Amino acid sequence: MSVVLAVDDSASMRQMVSFTLKTAGFDVIEAVDGVDALAKAKDKQVDVVVSDVNMPNMDGIELIGELRALPQYKFTPMLMLTTESGGDKKTEGKAAGATGWIIKPFNPEQLVKTVNKVLG
Amino acid sequence: MSIDMEQFHQVFFEESLEGLDVMESSLMELQEGEADDEVVNSIFRAAHSIKGGSATFGFTAVAEFTHVLETLLDEVRQGTRNITVEMIDLLLQSVDCLRDQMSALEQGESADSDQSRTLKDSFQRILDNNPADTAASSETAADTPEKSQPIQGWSISFKPELEIVQSGNEPIRMFRELAQLGSVDTIAHLEALPDFGSLASENCYLNWDLTLRGKDITEAQVREVFEWVEDECELTLTPIIGDFVSVDDEPTADSASEIVSSPAQTEPAQAEQVEAETEQVAEDKPVVLEEVKTSEPSDKSDKSGSFSKRESASIRVGVDKIDELINTVGELVITQSMLSAVGEDFKMDQLSRLQEGLNQLSQNTRELQESVMRIRMLPISFSFNRYPRMIRDLSKKLDKQVELVMVGEQTELDKTVLEKIGDPLTHLVRNSMDHGIETPAERLAAGKSESGTITLKASHQGGNIVIEIIDDGKGLDRERILEKAIEKGLQEPGDRLTDEQIYQLIFKPGFSTATEVSDVSGRGVGMDVVRRNIHELGGHINISSTQGEGSNITIRLPLTLAILDGQLARVADQIFVFPLVSIIESLEMRGVEVGKAAGGCDLIKLRDEYIPVVYLTEVFGISDQPVILDESLLVVVESNNEKIGVVIDDLLSQQQIVIKSLEENYLKVEGISGATILGDGHVALIADIGELIQLSGVTHLNRMLAGSVTPADPQAA
Repeated sequence: MSVVLAVDDSASMRQMVSFTLKTAGFDVIEAVDGVDALAKAKDKQVDVVVSDVNMPNMDGIELIGELRALPQYKFTPMLMLTTESGGDKKTEGKAAGATGWIIKPFNPEQLVKTVNKVLG
Repeated sequence: MSIDMEQFHQVFFEESLEGLDVMESSLMELQEGEADDEVVNSIFRAAHSIKGGSATFGFTAVAEFTHVLETLLDEVRQGTRNITVEMIDLLLQSVDCLRDQMSALEQGESADSDQSRTLKDSFQRILDNNPADTAASSETAADTPEKSQPIQGWSISFKPELEIVQSGNEPIRMFRELAQLGSVDTIAHLEALPDFGSLASENCYLNWDLTLRGKDITEAQVREVFEWVEDECELTLTPIIGDFVSVDDEPTADSASEIVSSPAQTEPAQAEQVEAETEQVAEDKPVVLEEVKTSEPSDKSDKSGSFSKRESASIRVGVDKIDELINTVGELVITQSMLSAVGEDFKMDQLSRLQEGLNQLSQNTRELQESVMRIRMLPISFSFNRYPRMIRDLSKKLDKQVELVMVGEQTELDKTVLEKIGDPLTHLVRNSMDHGIETPAERLAAGKSESGTITLKASHQGGNIVIEIIDDGKGLDRERILEKAIEKGLQEPGDRLTDEQIYQLIFKPGFSTATEVSDVSGRGVGMDVVRRNIHELGGHINISSTQGEGSNITIRLPLTLAILDGQLARVADQIFVFPLVSIIESLEMRGVEVGKAAGGCDLIKLRDEYIPVVYLTEVFGISDQPVILDESLLVVVESNNEKIGVVIDDLLSQQQIVIKSLEENYLKVEGISGATILGDGHVALIADIGELIQLSGVTHLNRMLAGSVTPADPQAA
C-alpha cells in the first residue's frame, strides 16, 4: 500500500485529502505544516507528498526543497496544492523540486487520479 | 468516487472562524502605510485558507468574496500596494461579513448577502484603481485547433533535461497519460547516452519522438500531459493533418528498451499493453466507488441534524491537558493495585499501609477531578479578544481616544461560563466607553491625558475567577443616579444611602442614565440584565467608583458550573445543599426573637438588619410537624443583595458536590437549582437561593426595608 504524506494547515482540507486518499486505498500520514511534515517524512519513508503551499512555520515550497535534498526523497513525487492565483508559486515550487501541482479547488476524483498518475 | 464532502463542513466552519479571529486581531495591529510582513502574511493566509476551503466545499459566494480580498492582500504582501486605513476598515468589515456568511452556511442558508456584494464592489474599486495592475491571471494555452482541417494526431518531440526524474517526474508516466488520449508510438533516442563508466544512474539521457494517434485531440490536452515539466524539457508539437501515414517502424526502439528499462517500456510493441493497463485501472475504480457508497450512512437528513449538535458539544483540548489526565489515571491505577494487594490478605498490622493507600487514593481522586475540570477550561482571551476591535470601532464612532489594556488573558475558566459571560462583559465595556471615558477635550480640561484607558483584568482568587473592568473616566455621578432613580420611582426621596447602595441602583430594572439612548450602549438591555446573567452563573458584580477618576467593576464568578462547594443541611428527613458562596453566617435560633412583618412574613433582627425567615418545611411541604425554633438553626444566605434566613434542623458537612440537573432527569422545581448524589447514595437537593427569596415573597418587603431607615418595628410573635 502506497503511503501518502498529506500536508495542510487547514484541518478541513487536510481531512478531506486524507479521507479521500484513504478511501482510495492509500495509507495516509497527516502533517499540519512543513516542519511537522519534514519530521514525519524523515521518520517514515513515504511514496508521495501532497502539500499545501501557504502554511505557517514552513511553507510547502520550502518543505519540498528540504525533502528533495534528502537522498531518500530524490525521486519521490511531490505535489503542491495551489490556487490559480498563485501562478508564480508553481514556478517557485518547480524550482524547489516539486513534481507537479493540483489546482484548488479540486474534487476528490481529481486528487485520486493525480496521485495515481504520479505513482505510475 | 463518491466522497461526502459535507462531513468536512463543520471543521471548515470552525477553522474559518478561528482564521477570522486571527485576521481580525492581526488587522488591529496594522497601521496605515506600514505593513509588517509577518502580520500581513497571517492575514493573507487566513483569507487564502477560507477561499481554498470554500471553493473546495462548494461555497461559491464565500469563495468569490474571499478571492477579491485575497487579491488585494496579496498585493499588499508583495509590496505593490500600501495599506490604507480605508482598506483596514473594509477588511475588518469583511471579517464580520464572513462570520455572518459562515453562520448562514452553518444554518444551511445562502451565504450571498447584500453586505458581501457591497464590500466586494468596494474592494473591486480599489483593485481597479490599481497603479501596478496585477490582474495577471496565468494565461492558459487555450488553443483550439482549426476545425476546418481534421487533426488525426500529434507528432511530439520531447527532450527532457537530465535532472527530470529528480523532480519525481517519470517520462513513462507522461507517456501513459498520452496513451489515454489515443494510441502512442514511441521512438527513443539514445545518442546522448554516455559511456557506462560516466553514466549517472539518476539522470535521464534519453529523448523521445512520439506519435499520438487519435481523433479530436487538442493541443491543450497534449500540453496538459507535459504541464508539470514545461520548463524542464524541449517540447515540440506538430499536428498530423489529413490521412495518417505510419512512420513508426524505427529500429532504434528495441535497443532502448533493454538499456533503460522503465521509460522505454512504452516502445511501439508495448504501447497496447500500456493501454490495457490503464483500462484496467479505469475498470477498478467503480468497484471502489460502490464500497464507499455502501459504507455511507443512508439517512441524509438525520446526519445534517446531528451536525448542529456536534458543534456546541465539541471542545478543543490541548494535548498537555490530556497527557496530564492520562498521567493521573496512571497513578490512580497504581494506588488501586496497591490497595487491592493490601486488601487481599489483610492483617491489622497493615492498617497504616491501608490508611496510606486511602490517603493516596483521595489525593489521586482530587487530582483526577482537577484535571478533568481543566479539560473544560479555556483561557479568557477567547472572550477578551473581541474587545480591541470593539474599542477601535467605538472610539471612532464616539470621537474618543481609548487605550485597551488586558491583564491575565490566559486565566482559564469553564467553557460554559466563558460563553455566557461574553455578552454581559461586552455591555460593560461599551458602557465604560460610552459613559465612562470622556472626550479628549473634556479629559484635557480635567487635567487628564487625552487618551483614556480601559483595563480588562482577569485573575484567579480562591475558587473564583475575578474579572475587572477598570476605566479612568469620569466615574459614576452619585447625585445623578439618585435623581434618576427617584424620577423612575425606584427609590424613595429623602433616604440617606451609602455610595455602594447608590451604585446598586443602576442594576435595577428600568434604570438608564444615558440622557439619550445611544446606539453604543444600546437600548433594551440594561444593567439589570447584566446582573441577572452574572447571577445565573452563580457570580456577583460590584461597582466602585471615584467621581472624576474612574470606575472599577468587579465580577466574581465560579470557575465551573459543574462542581459546587456546598454546605449540607438537614431539614426534617431531607438533606439540602446550600452553595457555600451564598452563606453569610449561621446561628442558633435559641433565644432569637422572631417578629412578624405587615406582609405576614417572619423577621428576625440581626444586628441592624431585619431579615425575613423562610421555613423550607413549608416551602417544599416536607413535614407537618411544627418547627421547634429553639432547637433549630438559621442559615443566613444572600443573593442579589437580598438576604434571607433559612431555618434548618442541623448543619452537616461541607463538601464539593457534583451538580446534576433536576430538570433533565425529573422536572424543574422552583427553589431548587439541581441535585447531587451523596457519598451514601442518597439524593440531596441544591437550594437555589435567588428563587427561594422570590418564592417566599419577601423580595418586595426586603426592598422596602432596605430603603427605609426606620422600618416599622416587627411585632413580637
